[in-house]
Parts: sequence; structure tokens; C-alpha cells
Amino acid sequence: MTSVIGAPNATETRIVTKRLRDRPEDSWTLDGFTQSGGYEAFRAALKLDPEAIGAEQVAAAGLRGRGGAGFPTGTKWSFLPKDSYPRYLVVNGDEGEPSTFKDRMLIENDPHQLIEGIAISSYAIGCNLAFIYVRGEFALGFERLEAARRDAHAAGFLGANILGSGFDLDIVIHRAAGAYICGEETALLSSLEGDRGMPRIRPPFPAVAGLYAKPTIVNNVETLSTVPHIMRMGGAEYAKLGVNKSTGTRIFSLSGHVNRPGNYEVELGITFRDLIESPELGGGVRNGGKVKFFIPGGASSQWLTGSDEHLDAPLDMDYVQQTFGVMLGSGAVMVYDETTNPALVAWRLAKFFAHESCGKCTPCREGTGWIEKVLYRISHGYGRPQDLDLLLDVGDNISPGLNAPFSQTTICPLGPSAVSPVVSLHKFFREEVIAMCQNNDRALDVTASDSGASDLGAGE
Amino acid sequence: MKDEREIVTVTIDGIEMQAPKGELLIRVAQDNGTFVPRFCWHERMKPVGMCRMCLVEVEGVRGMPPACTTTVTDGMVVNTKSETVKKAQDGVLEFLLINHPLDCPVCDRGGECPLQDQTLAFGPGESRYVEEKRHFEKPIPISELVLLDRERCIQCSRCTRFADEIAGDRLIDFGERGGEMQVITYPDDPFTSYFSGNTVQVCPVGALTAKPYRFRARPWDLSAVETSCQTCSVGCRGSLESSSNELVRLLGVDVEPVNHGWLCDKGRFGYEATHAEDRARNPMIRRDGSLVECSWPEALDAAAEGIKRSLDLHGPASIAMVGGSRGTNEDAYLWARLAKGVIGTDNVDAQIGDGLPAEVVLGLPGATIPDLDEAAAIILLGPDLKEELPVLYLRVRRACVDLGVPILDVSAVDHGLSKYASATIRHLPGEQASAAREISAALAPLIDGRSGPIVVVLGRSDVATSAEPTVAAAAIIREIPNTRFLVALRRGNVRGAIDLGLAPGFLPGRVTLDAGAERFVAAWGSAPAEVGLDTAGIFNAASEGRIGALILVGADIVNDFPDRRLVRAGVGGAGFVICINATVTEAAADADVFLPATVWGEKAGTTTNLEGRISRVGRKIAAVGNPMPDFRIASELALRLGTDFDLETVEEIQDEIARVAPAFAEVDAQLLKRARDGVVLPLALHRDELVLEPRRIPVIDFSWEPIKPEGPGEFEVVEFEVVEPVLEADASDEAAAEEESALPVDISNGAGLPDAQLFVWSAQHAAQPTPGRDNYALRLSAGRSLYDNGRTVASTPALRALIPAQTLRVNPSEISRVGVADGESVRVSTARGSLVLSLTGDANVPAGVAVMPFNIGETGVGDLVDVSLVVTDLRLETLR
Ligand SMILES: Cc1cc2nc3c(=O)[nH]c(=O)nc-3n(C[C@H](O)[C@H](O)[C@H](O)COP(=O)(O)O)c2cc1C
Ligand code: SF4
Ligand code: SF4
Ligand code: SF4
Ligand code: FES
Repeated sequence: MTSVIGAPNATETRIVTKRLRDRPEDSWTLDGFTQSGGYEAFRAALKLDPEAIGAEQVAAAGLRGRGGAGFPTGTKWSFLPKDSYPRYLVVNGDEGEPSTFKDRMLIENDPHQLIEGIAISSYAIGCNLAFIYVRGEFALGFERLEAARRDAHAAGFLGANILGSGFDLDIVIHRAAGAYICGEETALLSSLEGDRGMPRIRPPFPAVAGLYAKPTIVNNVETLSTVPHIMRMGGAEYAKLGVNKSTGTRIFSLSGHVNRPGNYEVELGITFRDLIESPELGGGVRNGGKVKFFIPGGASSQWLTGSDEHLDAPLDMDYVQQTFGVMLGSGAVMVYDETTNPALVAWRLAKFFAHESCGKCTPCREGTGWIEKVLYRISHGYGRPQDLDLLLDVGDNISPGLNAPFSQTTICPLGPSAVSPVVSLHKFFREEVIAMCQNNDRALDVTASDSGASDLGAGE
Repeated sequence: MKDEREIVTVTIDGIEMQAPKGELLIRVAQDNGTFVPRFCWHERMKPVGMCRMCLVEVEGVRGMPPACTTTVTDGMVVNTKSETVKKAQDGVLEFLLINHPLDCPVCDRGGECPLQDQTLAFGPGESRYVEEKRHFEKPIPISELVLLDRERCIQCSRCTRFADEIAGDRLIDFGERGGEMQVITYPDDPFTSYFSGNTVQVCPVGALTAKPYRFRARPWDLSAVETSCQTCSVGCRGSLESSSNELVRLLGVDVEPVNHGWLCDKGRFGYEATHAEDRARNPMIRRDGSLVECSWPEALDAAAEGIKRSLDLHGPASIAMVGGSRGTNEDAYLWARLAKGVIGTDNVDAQIGDGLPAEVVLGLPGATIPDLDEAAAIILLGPDLKEELPVLYLRVRRACVDLGVPILDVSAVDHGLSKYASATIRHLPGEQASAAREISAALAPLIDGRSGPIVVVLGRSDVATSAEPTVAAAAIIREIPNTRFLVALRRGNVRGAIDLGLAPGFLPGRVTLDAGAERFVAAWGSAPAEVGLDTAGIFNAASEGRIGALILVGADIVNDFPDRRLVRAGVGGAGFVICINATVTEAAADADVFLPATVWGEKAGTTTNLEGRISRVGRKIAAVGNPMPDFRIASELALRLGTDFDLETVEEIQDEIARVAPAFAEVDAQLLKRARDGVVLPLALHRDELVLEPRRIPVIDFSWEPIKPEGPGEFEVVEFEVVEPVLEADASDEAAAEEESALPVDISNGAGLPDAQLFVWSAQHAAQPTPGRDNYALRLSAGRSLYDNGRTVASTPALRALIPAQTLRVNPSEISRVGVADGESVRVSTARGSLVLSLTGDANVPAGVAVMPFNIGETGVGDLVDVSLVVTDLRLETLR
């Protein structure tokens, strides 16, 4: 652990981001990759019993999904039904969670690392055709991935009988069309099949009947990019990094009112304060200000505040969940200083979810829009004092109990995600919001906000 | 299908119940009397769990799973009424209503709306929504027949799933997302489904409305009767509704063995023909060369006189009867008794030259529609089911797509089901027999160990080719072990008409003249001994002056018979023509006596579908003017020819049929009234398929049902009434009553009639060779289009516009061979005649074949076909 008591001065622990930091000039090329040890882990893995990779390395490493849910990767792989082929590995590169931008960096700057992770994982689970679903907006990422795939093929790391092992693997790269919901794994599969991207009813789970109704594993870009390092270091060794059941490192996309926004790969277990304030990480709040509140794990998560209790909480997925009912989610930490009006932030988030609801289920389709409209009123000076309670009850009809992990009347967690800002307003800023309503205060000059001149920096 | 699933115990709201393992919870609850509210779930579609209305609590399961996607397991404990569930239901209904326009007073669904009903029963009663609602332009057409009001849509995807899963026409889908999500059509691919009306029926709100019904009635003004569609011989079950003595709607009723609740658009909207402007209201007789209206007694006397004259001068064989395939069984039976028992002629044919000989129809081992579901394979050798028997098309498609039954397609040209076939045998029109010889070999890999019967859907694929090649093919296929046949005849009650003796060589109840002679002489007093003529034979004889009296029962004979020249010569050459019809058709205009008949919707009785399943037809309205039901007309004519049938009601006729007609043994009025899904003949073979229970329908799911004041949560037992036909008393009735007639045998005491053997087709069929086609000719394949000039479509304003333009489709290579442009007109000549038609290239048409649907356009196939030839070969010439 790199955090020290006193002034925070934690540093990065670069594993997955090492190459792209060390060789910014050619980290994405085959040469750059192989010169820095690339494909060696794959070469070694091909000599191992495939089953042992999942059980003895990935599971032993304690690797948990980096896409949002934090589900143990080894366990997920073990759900594949025996003797049912073909199986598919689908890489979730849709990265749509607001202010999450780590997968993009990995795709653009270290595509071979992802391909190596895919290759090892495919070998481990018995898959001969893998799919990468990349966010449509990642034009450069797509180009580099395609080039990497071609080069890997030409160099014999993909294709038939790879490196003489008898193992075959091809990769299909698919550009998405721009819907947040297509990052949800079952919607992603429908979209990949050419259908409208809407989450599917589970069961069956994708591991049993996923892409084209075949057993399918969906993993995040960062999750798979970590796999070669687990092979290299050994699962047990990797598990020594991190804290409790949050092993290893994670890349946090830090944004908002910090001096040094950006992606930071840190060992799990440092605190939010470390992340936000360490000079080599966030570098503190802008203008020497204080944290009013922050969103610890992507827009879907409930918020935490600038209190010591919250800032000193460790980056431990289970701890924050159990203690505060929030999640580390996709690893996006958004920081807001004291100039921020939380009602306006809540409205912008709600607007995002209302816009991105796929429309499949009633509570989300209708409820997110309702929440958005009420939050608009509140943040724009048209709120009624009873509106916050109304929102809470509307939220309760989407996510009964208003807790995290979400319980939901919906199919997927997008609907409940829209409730997170409401619950957070209620928990931490109830007085402020009700006062706004009573005084008909506007969060910002409406014209300024509408013209995009918001001090949140969030475009519409 | 036998359910072999393990039985488990489930507790729902504290009540223990047994259910098959893996069954959907919502269905288990429903079958046991617990109504879980729902919008998106539909019995006949795959669950999607979208609306979230059916959330329940299951012990040991986190959150609230939807009952419509949850399957039951042993020991499952479910709560559908807890506070938590109630809150979720309130929530979902409130959400559904926040953007709903609530324009119930002007909404077609208002009063029978599942959204209204379930809000009342399960909803919060009050909305907290003060924001502006979503707005869309109201309503937009999504097809010729259906309009969409996006503001009312609750995004349940019933319509889109119907189009995709059931109809195979994925032409509507969702567009946009979130609150903007809406049903859309594809700009280049309009929603031209033949089944579009079903989307209106399954829509749980008033978002989809059907043009013919929009704003025509309010649900509380409607009254309904259960009936069977007679537009084609699938016999789909429906609920026929009227308001102020006007038919306004036909809704499908879910009958497992027949239609699963679906209707085709022609059947659904065809009721408009009942109210056509040109319906004849009064009888007419020819006076000074023209038809003039007269009283019933006058007309009946004149008709009887015409028959009597011919009978006296030339004997019974000089009299012929054509048609009768659109009436009820009771009509058919009395027409048969009039012709065969009273007049004594066997020149009787309900088919109009476009069907198959009665020996084939009656003599092949029969299949039922549900047999398709469990078939080892389905062989298609016959008409394009999508065009001719649309709901059977849905069923075959389902068997293939959902149940994995392989299809072997034996056809001359691509048809609606071709794309689902696992194997295809292509033949030139007329070469069915040689194609049939290849079937065994083609079938083997398809069956590949599958059990179940091989169901053959057999019929005439086109009217330009005679029945002969199909008969020859049937004789060959019959030899393949385990085959059973669904004979695909088209007209509504053609099967009932044949079963009841409206075919040369047969007496009612599937017996030949020989086999039934003794029995029917005993029952009726006499029966013909000589096998008579079929329709073509009758018109040939008539054109040669050998028919003294021709009785045309229904049908627009000049347009329905494949050979127009022959039919005109026949009608023109007949000594005396009696026409019984709803409108004055071309042939009727030449008649000596015209007798106006009631039609579907105006009379009760039964009908028989292509399986041989008898089901009830309901009377919903009284006819306008003075038409009579056919059975009454037949009785009146018999009376005037000296026989009093003494049958006053439909039930009495049914009872007589059950006593007299061997295949109908036991199928009396009582049984017909009680058999929920109809009765398949002969009962002896199908007794275990009988369901003698009233229909149970959950109150809310079928939005057309009357709302019960107690609210949902229960089931209504829907017992449809068979309305007795009420005839306006008229003078002839009284006259008839006065006339004492001498019945030869007292058949009211039917016991002790001699036995008669049911017919089995055992004759070896010697296939006649089909003439070869020379290289310059194209062979015509004249199938049908669902929308054609037939009366149903032509008299239905909503459908008339959908009749396709006439064109001759050929392989593009033929177009270049003739040297014309695509779409250009050419002269088309056959042995019979010549026409100018536009030519369209279509790569799906094999070279050497020309395709043109029958009965489209002013002139067409009927002017090119000579029914004495086996095939119709045509030549093309440029007009330049
Ligand atoms: C609305 C929604 C959006 C999501 N978007 C993403 C995404 O953009 N990228 C991602 O990796 N996972 C996303 N997820 C999580 C995926 O469903 C899935 O859990 C993940 O891809 C599994 O990979 P992992 O186990 O490696 O994390 C999303 C989930 C939801 C509910
Ligand atoms: S919760 Fe929202 S995004 Fe998820 S399936 Fe339902 S409507 Fe779609
Ligand atoms: S139009 Fe009707 S059936 Fe179709 S989705 Fe909307 S509410 Fe459902
Ligand atoms: S398929 Fe035939 S019986 Fe069924 S609705 Fe259509 S026309 Fe009527
Ligand atoms: S979710 Fe079950 S009925 Fe709609």
C-alpha cells in the first residue's frame, strides 16, 4: 500500500498501464508490444492445462470485473456449462458510463495487451471466436484495434493452430452505434446479433445462453487486459496486491473539480482522499477548494461527501458497498467542489439516464423521464417543497428500498441508476434542496446553463 | 399434445396447487383462478417481461420477479397480493399513465380497455404527475388497415412480437428509445401483413385501431355471438359483434386446435360485405326479358315450376345444382336432400371446377390441424397457404419455426412457405405426379428418426392446371407409410358441402350412391342411382342444351369457375336458371328466378373446416329486406315439389343429419352446442379430442370481453348463445303449413335405418401423362391472391383497395427473350383466347413458367383457361 498517514502522497502502481506510460511513442504497435514482453504470457499459457488458468490463476488472483459489477471473473468463467460448444468470449468495450475513460485509453494505447488477454482467456474457456464490441465513437481505438488484430494474425498469435499449439482463435471487432444501454451485457449481445439493444430477461444467463444462444462470457476491456499480468505474475502473487477481496490495481478515471483529472492506476485500498489529493494523482481540488461531494463509481452510484468519513474510506469494493451503500462501479470518480449545486448535478445525471433508457420496461422508461422533469424544475427554480419526497417515492417504485445493491422493478440496473442522484440529494442535501424549492432559487442562470456554459463542464 | 412434464407443488397466496414443472407462473396462477395483472404477456407469444405489471414475490428470491417470465419449481411459495407487490403494481400503473393521454371518451378501447380495467383493479387511483405529457401526432397509419396512436401506446411489444413471431412479417418494430420509444414501420417496407388486424386485437390499449371499426361503436353497445369464419375453410373461431343491427367487428377466439385466436385480415374485415350496397333484398322473376322484384311465393312457385317442367319433360338428370360451398351444413344438407332425394338428380357439385374430386377429398386418410404440430414432416403440395388459407399458413409456419417440423415443399413456383422448407421439389405445373415420385427419397433425410405422422397439405396449386395431376400425385403419396392428408380446399364450407352430399356420386355422410342407396331410400324415399356430372360436366351438358333447369347456389360462377367461356355457354344454354345469391351476379342477371339469400352473420348453423371439424356459426343480425336462409329456400322448393321436410329449426336439421348421414352419427344438435372446439368427423375416430366444457377466458386479457362489475381476479365462463334463426313470417310459410305433404318414410324415427359404409378411396389411379411443353410456350400457374375480385373483398371497402394490380410474372430471361421492357404490355395467347397483359420479370419464377393470380382484373386467367385441358400453355407476342 502506498498511502501514508499525513498529507496524502499516494502514487500509481502501473501494471496494466505500464507499457502505455513507458512507451508513449509505440505502445500500440506489435513491435512496441513484443519488445516489452508482449505475448509471452500467452505463449506460456498455451503450454498449460486450459482449465487450470481459470481456476488456479484468474480465480486465485481474485480478479473481479472492471466493467461495473465487480463480479469475480474466475467464478463467471466456471458457470460455462460443460461440453457445450461453441462458446464465445465477448469483450465489452462500449465504455458508456459518464466520465469513465479508462477502456478507451487501453484500447487506443495498448490494443495488443487486450488481444493477449482475450487470447489467454479464450484458451482458458475453450473459445475459438471472440468478439470485441467497441464504442462507436472510439475511431482511433477501432483503427488501432483492427491494425493490432491484423498484425497479431500475421505474426501467428491469432488464427489457426496458434504457435503450433493446436488452438485456433479469431476475433471479430464490432463498432457500436452509440447507446449507453449497449454496455449492459445482454443488450450488448442483442446489439451484436444485429437486433435492437435491449437487455434480455435472465435466466438464462449469458454463460449458459448468450450470443446466438450459445454459452458466452462477457468481460470488460480492463478485466481482460489484466489477465496477461496475472499469468506473468502468477495468480497468488497478484492477489497480494490490493485489499481484502479487492485485489490488484484498478484504473480510476478521475474528473471534475480536481487539479489533475485523468486516469490513474492505483493499488486498491488507498483512500479516496489519496486519490483526490495526492500530488501525483488528483492533486487536490481546484482553486484550493474543498470537496463538497463526489461520485465514487460512475454516474450510477450513489454519492459520498467531502466528510472525513467518506474521504478516508478505502477503495475497497465491498467496504464502500457495505458501509455507505455506494459502489466503485466503473471506477469513475467525479469530484465536485463547494461551488456546485447538487440539484443541478442530479438533474444532469437524471437527464442522461432518461435519454439512455432503452425503453423496454415501464418503470425505467417512464420513471427516468419523470425524475428528469422534476429535477429540472427543482434545479431551475420551479421546485415545490414536496417534490423531493415525491421523487423518493417514484424512485422507490423503480428501486424498492432505495438501496445499493439495487433491488429493482426493472430488467436491468439502468432504471435504478437514475434513482441514485435522488437518494443522494435526500441523504446529504435535503435542506438545501427544500430551501431552493421554497425560495424558487435557480441553480444557475438558466440561459447560461442552456447555452452549455455550465461550470460542471458537462455538455448536454 | 400430451404433457409429460413432472408435476410440482406450488403455493400461491397461501393456496397449494399442482402444476407441471417449468410452466410459467402467470399461467399456473391463472389456471388456478388467480389473476396476475399483465400487459405484455400474451398466451401465444414468448414472454418478454417488459411491462413489469406482473411482478410478484417469490420466497427465497431477491426482488420481485415477473410472473410471466418465472417458471414454477417444486415447493415454490408465491405472493401476488403482498403490500410490496401492491406498491409495485401501483407504481407500474402510475408510470404507464403519466404519459398516457387519457382520451378514453374518444378511444375505441374505452370501456373494454385492459389499461382502464387494471388501473381500476390494481392501480393507485390518483396520479402525482404534474409535468407535461409526451406528445405525438395522432394517429398515423401504419398500414392500409391499421392506425397507430403513439400517445396511447404502452410499449408492450405485443404488436411487434405478433408480427415477428407469429406472422413472420417483421415489418413493425420499435424505434427510438426511452420515453420516445415508439412503434415504427420501415419506410421501404410497409406493414403489408395479411394478419395486421391481429395487432389491433392484441393491443392492450387503443393505440392500434382498425380502419373499418374506428369510431363505429362503443363497447357497451356491442353484443357478441361466437361464430366461425367462413371466408376460407380454416374456419377460424371468432366473436362476431354488432351494434344497432350492424356487424361492426370480428375478433379471434383462441381455439387450440384451430386458430389460436388469430384471424387473417380478409376474414376479420370481410363482414363488411354483409352490408354491401348491392345486397339483393327481394326475390325476382324474369318478366318480358328482365328481372323484376316479386313476392316470395311468386318466385318460389316459378322456380318450382321450372324444375318440375324439366323433370317432367327430360327426367331428373336434366336438372343440375352448382354451388353451396359457402353456406352452413344445414343449408348444404337440405340442398342435397332437395336435389338427390326430391328431384332425384346427382348432377350436383358444390365445387366450382377449382377443387378436387370428392373421392379424393373424402377418401384420403385425414389429418387434423394439430397433427401439424407433432408431424414427423409436412409435405406441401398445393395452394399457397398464405394466399388461400392464411391462418393455416400461420400454423404450418409455427410447426416449422417453433416446433422444428421439417417441410418438404413440392411446388411449381415459390410461395409463402417456400422459404421455410428444408427441401424443395420443383416441378412444371402439371408434373405433380412425377414430382410425387421423388418425395420418398427427399423425405428420408428430413424425417431422420422423427416420429409422428407425415402430414400432407394437398390441393390444387393453381386453376390453370386441371385436378388430374394432383389426383395422380395423391395416389402416389398415399402409398408412403404414415401419411395423413389435410385437403386444402378453399371455400368456407366446401368440406361440409361435400360431406353432406353436394358432390356427384355421394350422399350425405361420406357414402357413395351405391353404399348409401338402401339407407337413403329408406330415409328419403328415393336417391339417385346414376353418378352425375361435376361442375364442368354440368356446364358442358348445359351448353349442349341437355340441362333443363340449372340451380346456382351462391357463388359468382362466371368469375369463380376457371373457364369463363364454358360457364357463360353453360348458363346461356340451360333451359331455366334459378339463382340463389346475396347479390345479383353476372350469372344471376341471366337467371329466370332470383332468390335472395341471407349470408354469414345473418343465420345460425354449423360449418365444417378443411379438417372435417364442425363448429358453430352464429347469427348476429337480422337481414335487411327479405332474404331467406338457404335451408329455408330449399325446404320451400321441396314443399312445392311435393316433399315436406318438416324441419323448422337448425337444430332439427342437425338432428336429422345425425340420424341419417353415416359419418355424422351422434353429432346431433346437443353435441354441437356443447363441443367447445367443434367436432371432428367421424366422431368414432376423434372422440378423445372432444372438449365438452364452456370456454374459460380470464376477464381482462381479452379486451373485447364484457367487463365484470366485480372486477378482475376471476374468470368468466363465456357461453356463447347460438341464436335461433328468426324468419320474418311471410305468406309462403303459411301457405306451406297448410299444404299437407306425404312423407315417404317417417325419418323422425330414424332408428333402424340400413347401415351404409363410409367411403375409402381405394381405387388404383392410373395417372394420365401430362402433355409436354414446347420451348416457345410458357406454362401458366394461376394461383390465388388473398385479395381478389371475389365477393368478400370486392364488397369490403377496407379490402378492395388491396387487390394487387394484374400482371403476368415471368423469369427475367423470358422478358429479354420476347424483347420487351419490364412492365411492358404483351399479347398473351392460349388455346382458349388471348389477352393483353403487362409482363413483370421476377427472378423467383422458374424459366418456362408464367405466374398470374386467378380472378384479378376485368379479364384474366378465366379467359385463358380451357378446363378440358390438363395444363394451360401460353405464348407471348410483342405489340410492336
Ligand atoms: C446500463 C449498464 C451499462 C453498462 N455499461 C458497461 C460498459 O460500458 N462497459 C462495461 O465493461 N460494462 C458495462 N456494464 C456492465 C456489464 O453489464 C457487465 O457486467 C460487464 O461488461 C462484465 O464484465 P466484467 O465482469 O469484466 O466487469 C454496464 C451495465 C449496465 C447495467
Ligand atoms: S431498466 Fe431501463 S434500460 Fe434497463 S431494460 Fe429497463 S428500460 Fe431498458
Ligand atoms: S401499439 Fe399497442 S400492442 Fe403495440 S406496443 Fe403499443 S400498446 Fe403494445
Ligand atoms: S384464415 Fe380463413 S377462416 Fe381464418 S380468418 Fe382467414 S379467411 Fe377466415
Ligand atoms: S412483465 Fe409480465 S406481463 Fe409484462
